[in-house]
Amino acid sequence: MEPQTHLRIRNLSVSYGAQEVLKNVSLDIPDRKITVIIGPSGCGKTTLLKSLNRLLDSVDGIRIEGHIFVDDEDIYDPRVEATHIRKKMGLLSQKPQVLPMSVFDNIAYGPKIHGLRDRKRLRVLVERELKAAGLWDEVKDRLHEPASRLSVGQQQRLCLARGLAVEPEIILGDEPTSALDPQSSRIVEQRLIALKSEYTVIVVTHILRQARRIADHLAFLYLGELVEHGPAAEFFANPRDPRTRAYLTGEIS
Amino acid sequence: MRRLKDLLARRAMFLLTAVPGLLVFLMLFGLLLRSRAILAFHSFTGLLFGSGWHPLKGEFGFLPFLAGTLWVTLVAMVIAVPVSLLTAVYLSEYAPRSIRELTKPVVDLLAGIPSVVYGVWGVLMVVPFVGKVLAPLFGVYSSGYSVLSGGIVLAIMVFPTIIHVALEVFSAVPNELRETSLSLGATTWETVKHVVLRKGLQGIFAAVVLGLSRAFGETMAVLMVVGNVARLPKSVFDPAYPLPALIANNYGEMMSIPRYDSALMFAALVLLLVVLVFNLGARFILVKIERKVE
Amino acid sequence: MRTFRRRKIEERIFKVLMLASTVVVTASLLVIVGTVVVKSLPALRLSMLVQTPKGGYYLGKEGGILNAIAGSLYLASGATLLAVLLSLPVVLYLNLYTKKSSALATFTRFSLDVLWGIPSIVYGAFGFIVMMTLGLRASLLAGIITVGLLEIPIMARAMDEVIRLVPSALKDASDSLGATKLETALKVVVRQALPGILTAVLIAFGRGIGDAASVLFTAGFTDSLPRSLLQPAATLPLAIFFQLGTPFPEVQQRAYASAAVLTLIILVISLVSRVLIKRFTRHTIK
Repeated sequence: MEPQTHLRIRNLSVSYGAQEVLKNVSLDIPDRKITVIIGPSGCGKTTLLKSLNRLLDSVDGIRIEGHIFVDDEDIYDPRVEATHIRKKMGLLSQKPQVLPMSVFDNIAYGPKIHGLRDRKRLRVLVERELKAAGLWDEVKDRLHEPASRLSVGQQQRLCLARGLAVEPEIILGDEPTSALDPQSSRIVEQRLIALKSEYTVIVVTHILRQARRIADHLAFLYLGELVEHGPAAEFFANPRDPRTRAYLTGEIS
Repeated sequence: MRRLKDLLARRAMFLLTAVPGLLVFLMLFGLLLRSRAILAFHSFTGLLFGSGWHPLKGEFGFLPFLAGTLWVTLVAMVIAVPVSLLTAVYLSEYAPRSIRELTKPVVDLLAGIPSVVYGVWGVLMVVPFVGKVLAPLFGVYSSGYSVLSGGIVLAIMVFPTIIHVALEVFSAVPNELRETSLSLGATTWETVKHVVLRKGLQGIFAAVVLGLSRAFGETMAVLMVVGNVARLPKSVFDPAYPLPALIANNYGEMMSIPRYDSALMFAALVLLLVVLVFNLGARFILVKIERKVE
Repeated sequence: MRTFRRRKIEERIFKVLMLASTVVVTASLLVIVGTVVVKSLPALRLSMLVQTPKGGYYLGKEGGILNAIAGSLYLASGATLLAVLLSLPVVLYLNLYTKKSSALATFTRFSLDVLWGIPSIVYGAFGFIVMMTLGLRASLLAGIITVGLLEIPIMARAMDEVIRLVPSALKDASDSLGATKLETALKVVVRQALPGILTAVLIAFGRGIGDAASVLFTAGFTDSLPRSLLQPAATLPLAIFFQLGTPFPEVQQRAYASAAVLTLIILVISLVSRVLIKRFTRHTIK
């Protein structure tokens, strides 16, 4: 059966002033799978990710061309509301960004913004998402403490729970474990694998081993160009492009 | 040789660092000494809360002046705080870089305009505006020389202070935090409300305190537009006589009326004490806020 | 989505308010400077700038404000120099030699905050006391001391702002090369923060030259050019104030012209400081 895709990138080009960061990228992201975007640092991976939820909008001097279709809606259509798109996607940043509030309020932030005020339902929601992120047991007695008091690994899982709370369809991860110790990294990776049954997950990473561990589908970005992409097994076994081969063997990093 | 220079410099710098503290102490002490004459005849509270100011009769009640200072400062802050904060938020969160780069120098220049020039402008534009346009609109009579005129001029003088500090506070909030909020589907305004302002609360408070300090300490510009009538103002359209203006205006007659010079020194002492108490209070609140947010 | 529309409307309302506020702030500058300049034009003449007041100047006769221009420049320069000598070492000491939580640092910073908020008239009153104590009469020197003290907290605050920004990595690098603390301070930190330090000096100068209340009691006034430190000196702010206070419209016009001159001096200083900063920023590390 053909894998469903409800996220399609077509001819995406992004430049800051004179510098071209992404050159004509076209990619279909398969549903309910983990797609990993790999490549050396500075080759446009984060820019690609941020273009998916229109976080690039506010950058001075940026030029975006091309289309990104989510459920057949071009998110860069001027009539489309950015907040609407962003609600569909949950972002996990490299360095855990906890909002300056309690654990509970962090998770409840998104839903509250979108109109959910009922305290009972919020409590149920917070518990559910914390469990989904694998954090509930560790924080259930500390829900109203400032979130900044959690350890880094816990904070990242908090961010995951927070992102899930707005009921996205797609989860975006920008090097989500690079700031974490090995044990926390493992936990976050396991969570992401567990989540793919309900969400489409896109992770950006420069750690090849991580890609091997979690990817169902791979895309290799080099110097702003999408060099190659395909199902993980094929990708690692038979890379077609010489640059991909060079990257996989460690010649270029 | 280098070590010797280093040691000497260190000693010298250490001594000089004592100067600011010493200065405050000297000012307190000096003004207190000079107020002795009037404090010998009147009680501290009697002076502060007495409502009659008739130096020739030996009556020195400072209440009208304290009230005048309070009114003008309050009006100024009521205008300045929202305008400044809204401007700072706009420049920091919404404005394209070009507008930001153009507006920042304007704000700095506003800060540099001397007090007297503000006063001159106040007399030229604000006083007639209040007297001939605003007061009739509210059905009141006013010569224009009023609390409101003082407040308006003072507010403009305070804008740059609050805006400058607020902009610094906002730029210290990491961008990733904003991105996080936006990624959850919040609008820019919601991000400002719930994240930026929250994270910067301490700094905003400090900015407002600084603005208040500046408003309180201003002498000349206010003096020129506020009317200088020693009576308790009953509305913003009434004239007032702030404490700094009292001292500035009467310096000439100081020597001819008994205890007048001592009274004016006492007025200066009161101003100094207010600033001291205010700073202590503000610092205390700042620490409390810090504890709450972290 | 009903709530979504409400959110959008709320944002729109505040955007309008924000834009209006920004316009008010920007317009204020243009209106103030514009009004003063326009009102000053009838009376602004070169003769005003290069002459001192002759007899009857304040009644409308001949003369100019050179006494005040020169007096102000002398006074503000002296005061700013005094302030630099007292502020820079203190700020350097606080940032490089003391720990953040030391009692001396907290106490000094607190004192500087208090000094910053004290009205300039109180400085004037204190200056007056100092004058009496030292046996000075109203003079250029008394004015310099008073305005110098006034400028200290302003300058110190601005300097503190920039010196704090010097990355500690820079200081560490210099220390580890074996430099003494003094050498690190002067050759590395000051160099890096130089543009900001200059701005601080110029800001304080601008404040000092424009302040009237502090010189009211202490510098006196005179119609002649400043001749000695112990003689009274005229200042622009007071000249403006006195001219404005006369009942003669021609003299009041001159007040506007004097105000324009003072504003022009400040604007020129601002511009010069910006140019200097652009030049000096070449050497700093970003």
